[in-house]
Amino acid sequence: MTEMIDAEQLRKKYLRDGMLPTIFCNGCGHGNAIDYTFWAIEELGLDMDKVAFASGIGCSSRIPGYINADGLHTTHGRALAFATGIKAANPELHVIVFTGDGDCAGIGGNHFIHAARRNIDMTVLLLNNFIYGMTGGQLAPTAPKGSIATTSPYGNIEEAFNICELAKALGAAYVARWPISYPYQPIKSIKEGIQNRGFALIELMSPCPTAYGRRNKLGKIESLWKWYEDNTILIEEYERIMDYGTEEERKNVKGMFQIGVFQNVKKAGFFEEYDKLVQRLIEKDDAKFKGGSK
Amino acid sequence: MIEILVDWCKGCELCIKRCPVNALEISDELNKRGVYPPRLKEENECNYCRLCELICPDFAITVIPDEKKGPKEPKSKLIIGGIVNEV
Repeated sequence: MTEMIDAEQLRKKYLRDGMLPTIFCNGCGHGNAIDYTFWAIEELGLDMDKVAFASGIGCSSRIPGYINADGLHTTHGRALAFATGIKAANPELHVIVFTGDGDCAGIGGNHFIHAARRNIDMTVLLLNNFIYGMTGGQLAPTAPKGSIATTSPYGNIEEAFNICELAKALGAAYVARWPISYPYQPIKSIKEGIQNRGFALIELMSPCPTAYGRRNKLGKIESLWKWYEDNTILIEEYERIMDYGTEEERKNVKGMFQIGVFQNVKKAGFFEEYDKLVQRLIEKDDAKFKGGSK
Repeated sequence: MIEILVDWCKGCELCIKRCPVNALEISDELNKRGVYPPRLKEENECNYCRLCELICPDFAITVIPDEKKGPKEPKSKLIIGGIVNEV
């Protein structure tokens, strides 16, 4: 922490008074995501007039309503499309998108793919709780194999969607995944994501005790947090075990979620390239005009 | 010193279970939501690490690293329909 600002000052500065307490269930990790975002913004010293939030539909997409800044609450899955619009209209803004796993990976999958491919300068906080929580616990594409939901009462038989691997393959500039139970790493990742001039995806694994935990025998909040700690492994450690570990170690870590920073590269975003294109055409036009006047 | 907005607490008890020095406990007074919010133990080893402040999902905890001030009464702030009821 650069300046020791206490949480009460932080609340007064960033929260929209009159909307709190949040509607999130007891033990929901989405509140933590707001908190970590505030700390990241505070440490970067961003002006809230220069930050715009966007979100789709779902529990996680209620978040911009609690933040005292401009925000868009948009249609299901289309948060990234609207965020692209914000960025195109005013490239000076820092665009932060709050989206859920059902919203971004399920319904808005194609928007996500193309926003990552075009490397549009925005920070996407994907709050992954493995389930469509707001609509009553339908199975989300990110749910691990065997999880029980209202639409899969005998266990999920599909493979889970590894959204970080997808973003990495599409060449997003910054990709990270952290469980919500570690406070400092997500704050650092959000900071790096905002500073990065390309597409930044930070997947936060946020527990849902009501819709996911209750059906999967993880109803107690503490046990759900512990599950996150037991079932995740740092990417460096995972790679080390995959390269040099014994058979048994490899078998143990195979089903675990890899966490950490997967990709951190600097490359020109879509709007930087666009500015360059406009500049080039203006110069070309000027040269032509001068040539014609002679 | 730890200040708790008792009516924002939803009773997840993460702060109590995650405290590294075990300085928090469940209080015996219900808040307006009908849950028992946490409170600082009378004898505690709180070293102001601010972990509870960070992991509280409901923004209910503020850690004030100042030993000189005496313990304050817990605040109560429940907003219903835009009306702030501060006690």
